Amino acid sequence: MNSSLLLLGLLDGITQAAVLFLVALGMTLIFGVMRILNVAHGSFYAFGGYAAASASVYLASSGESLGAALMPLLAGAVVMGLLLGAIIEFGLVRRILNMDPAMQLLATFAVFMVLEDLQRLIWGVNPVSISAAVDLMGTVKVGAVNYNAYQLLLLPAVAVVIYFGLTLSLGRTKFGRQILAVTHNREVSMAMGINAKRVGLLTFCIGAILGTLGGALAAPTTSLVPGIGGDMMVLSFAVVAVAGLGQITGTAIAAILIGMAKAFAVYLFPEVEVLVPYLIMVLVLLWRPEGLFAVAQARRV
Amino acid sequence: MAVRFTPWLIAIAALVLGILFPWLKTPLIIALSYGFAALGVSILIRAGQVSFGHAGFTCLAGYAAAAISRTWPATDALVLLLAGVLCGLVSGAVVGLFVARYRAIFFGMLNLALSMVLFAVLGKFYHITGGTDGLRLERPPLAGMALERAPFETALLAIVAVLVVVACWAIRRFYAAPMGQALIAIKTNEVRLEYLGLSARRVFWTGYVISATLCGFSGAMFALIQGLVTPEMGYWVRSGEFVFIAILGGAAHPVGAFIGALGFETLKLVASAVMTGIWQLVIGVVLLILIFVAPNGLSAILVRFERRTRTV
Amino acid sequence: MHGTLKVSIAGLSLVACLVPGYAQQKPAELKIAMTTFLSGPASVFGVPGKAAAELAIEELNAAGGINGVPIKPIFLDEGVGSDKLLSEYRRVVQEEGVKVTLASISSGNCNALAPVAEDLKVLNVMWDCGTEKLLENRRFKYVVRSQGNGTSEMVASVYKLLQVKPDFKTIAVINQDYAWGRDSWELFSTTLKALKPDVKVVAELFPKFGATDFSSEISRLQALSPDVILSTSWGGELDTLIRQAGQRGLLKNGTWILPLAESSLERVGKVLPDGVIVGMRGDHYFLHPENKDEPKHKAFVEKYRAKTKQYPIYPVYHAVAAIQSVVDGYNTAIKANGGKWPTTEQVAEAMHTITFKGLTRPVTMREDGQGLEDQMLGVTKMTPAYPFPVIESLTIYPGALVTNPVGTKSPEWVKTLKPEAMKDSRIKSF
Repeated sequence: MNSSLLLLGLLDGITQAAVLFLVALGMTLIFGVMRILNVAHGSFYAFGGYAAASASVYLASSGESLGAALMPLLAGAVVMGLLLGAIIEFGLVRRILNMDPAMQLLATFAVFMVLEDLQRLIWGVNPVSISAAVDLMGTVKVGAVNYNAYQLLLLPAVAVVIYFGLTLSLGRTKFGRQILAVTHNREVSMAMGINAKRVGLLTFCIGAILGTLGGALAAPTTSLVPGIGGDMMVLSFAVVAVAGLGQITGTAIAAILIGMAKAFAVYLFPEVEVLVPYLIMVLVLLWRPEGLFAVAQARRV
Repeated sequence: MAVRFTPWLIAIAALVLGILFPWLKTPLIIALSYGFAALGVSILIRAGQVSFGHAGFTCLAGYAAAAISRTWPATDALVLLLAGVLCGLVSGAVVGLFVARYRAIFFGMLNLALSMVLFAVLGKFYHITGGTDGLRLERPPLAGMALERAPFETALLAIVAVLVVVACWAIRRFYAAPMGQALIAIKTNEVRLEYLGLSARRVFWTGYVISATLCGFSGAMFALIQGLVTPEMGYWVRSGEFVFIAILGGAAHPVGAFIGALGFETLKLVASAVMTGIWQLVIGVVLLILIFVAPNGLSAILVRFERRTRTV
Repeated sequence: MHGTLKVSIAGLSLVACLVPGYAQQKPAELKIAMTTFLSGPASVFGVPGKAAAELAIEELNAAGGINGVPIKPIFLDEGVGSDKLLSEYRRVVQEEGVKVTLASISSGNCNALAPVAEDLKVLNVMWDCGTEKLLENRRFKYVVRSQGNGTSEMVASVYKLLQVKPDFKTIAVINQDYAWGRDSWELFSTTLKALKPDVKVVAELFPKFGATDFSSEISRLQALSPDVILSTSWGGELDTLIRQAGQRGLLKNGTWILPLAESSLERVGKVLPDGVIVGMRGDHYFLHPENKDEPKHKAFVEKYRAKTKQYPIYPVYHAVAAIQSVVDGYNTAIKANGGKWPTTEQVAEAMHTITFKGLTRPVTMREDGQGLEDQMLGVTKMTPAYPFPVIESLTIYPGALVTNPVGTKSPEWVKTLKPEAMKDSRIKSF
């Protein structure tokens, strides 16, 4: 029983971790480059999910092929991510870069509130669900348990691809290295001729797209209702805090850690499942406030 | 001079409104209790730190009051309020020990995490905490008298109104005192504070305890007037609303928190009247405008106005 | 001048409203505030309730209202959370002068609002929540329940389960984590233990109220493979649970019993396989074996379908029943009052004595405010007649048989149940 329990917990954890990773990655990327914690990031997740649902309905893809079911998800995510990212970065974020951190937090909190109601106005308050992609991919049997192939294989695959894609492009491409430079020290990189404004805009959009992608990919496995933005915000925040702000590999590990902890909780002690992510967050922050994988940073006095 | 009398103005206005429109009493009490929590948050904002977790203290105090009232139903309302204050004090002191050495983002994060742990615990342990449905309190006696709903509301409104004035006075004195001045120094230059021989951690901890105590009162008052405590009281968005109120009113003068609270409630009512379901949008937009136009809040405008009229 | 006149009349009327003692004069209209879920996962359940109430009230007003007084409904959204709902409830009672309320769907909200209604002295009819503890722990003057309580539903569910599947060894439960989910499990498991002590509970899962993803829970249930799986979930959450369990093949493992699933059938459609035991919190089904062709029932079903393009589900029936109970309550009180408009106290008293009929079998109100509602359960079967499963093998258990007697506490009473009760002659099978 114990080794099979371990395997089930692992698999369940991985399915949960994949989406969590994507969303948290977006948040941590934005923080790394712009030093702003985007309280509205959970709303990107929600908007991505709803956009995917709308796109699926609009493109009237149902039950034909997997490609036809996945395309609207991707399209919805990218379009919504670009839209939200560009508007928010250009309209707000770049203007609050030099403000008090308290004000910055508050500004993104205000954006969160606006987006929450916008979501209700646009898509209504009834639950929205699309499930074509999950249905089409069928199930995979592991032991006595049937897993959705979509959750077990596709989501982690996407997460892995994005992880490696991002890590490689950050190190190898010119733009990637610019991002790294601005993350490390904005002033110096501007002095070296990097257009920090443009890097900021593009990074914010990439971060937003990661958030919306998480939502879009999660949409077929869940039901979209008001409030999922707020819930995802705190959850991804927990992942980012545990990992350390701006740490990509750390975020992956933290996402897997929290995903598995939740899954194991359901197996061993179901009552603490909702508690687990925050408990881990508190313990990690008390022990290492910068996060598990943070790099030591000199503090300006 | 205008600023000094504003707390009195608020207290009297609240009482008058409550007498003229009896149904307004409950919303007014709730609004002013939010003000107390926001005052707590604004104390820390003066130190440059934003806590997105102070709703945890109001929540804990509310549950404490509810638990005591359910176990000993004859407990007087005044005792319950005191219990809430004590709960805030003690929990603030204990949590502050761990939290007082963190700053900026990490401070905000840790507070958020702790309040979410509380939120999750309260929501889960149904048989002890009532789960997501929360706990109900029956109306307790007040100052030894068993009151009907209407006089009970009036009495609580009077208590809150008086305490608004007292709190504003007390916190202003605190800000003028060395400890309060040192608190601002944490925002401007913490290292130099240490050079002066003061322990920044100690100073911050004191500010934290005071802020938690105010939140404790807020939670207990809320529990009494609402008759119901739910885990939602401790949700992070509630903490965000307290921060919003604190910024809306401004940290320059304690009365700002109450101006902000009344402004917040008014905004909510107006937004609901115009179209249901968009109050968050309206508040978000107002907040954004405020951040650019009046980052120091409404009380700062008052203070500036007062200074200008005085130097004639 | 015209403007001033209008203002003065408005002002005088306002003053007149504020002065008590005029309350016994026949009012211009009777305001009834109804709480229902208009947002969130439960809205698929709550919006039909609102539509039904509007239809019923329209019909009533067309026929003259209550003794000539038209009814004006006000709807409050339970989806905003108990805290905000409580504030709204107080506001409509204190500011708008509402004297009759129908609250609520959620047991959590019923628990919160009932004491407030009692305190504010407004008649509150609990139209859809099941928590039995409310009326057992306290004798209310102003609060009644126009439908059965959780005890009657769970006892009937256990009886039906033992009828359909008398031999099973293991059972698991996955309920929503709030008053109803917890209390219903307590009742079900205690009843089951009393009637079949050798059953083993292999898992008790309580995902949070409003959860949208049951992946881990489904994995766990599959790993454990219980003979029977129970869920008293309802609304959008039940839809999601059914869909997700269906995707992973869990619906075909073991026997599922879903006492509140009648409300989900049309929405989930073919996903629900045959053989699932389904209940409807009362005997509320548009294909009710006894009265599906009764003119009043049929006409209402048709009108409801024309308005909402859906078949009525049990919250619809409950809403109609609640409104009917208020009408009957008022009429009884008026008669007892010699034809004059009654006070709220008189109506509340009457509400404890009436027997009223909604669209299906009549409900009798007891002295403790609890309604005795007959409970019907059946088994799903896909037929060509409808694009969603119908319920066959229906059994109706009379309310008096499955509800705990006045003055008893349900968890204790169910322990005294004996298997012989399942052979009672009053039980009818179709």
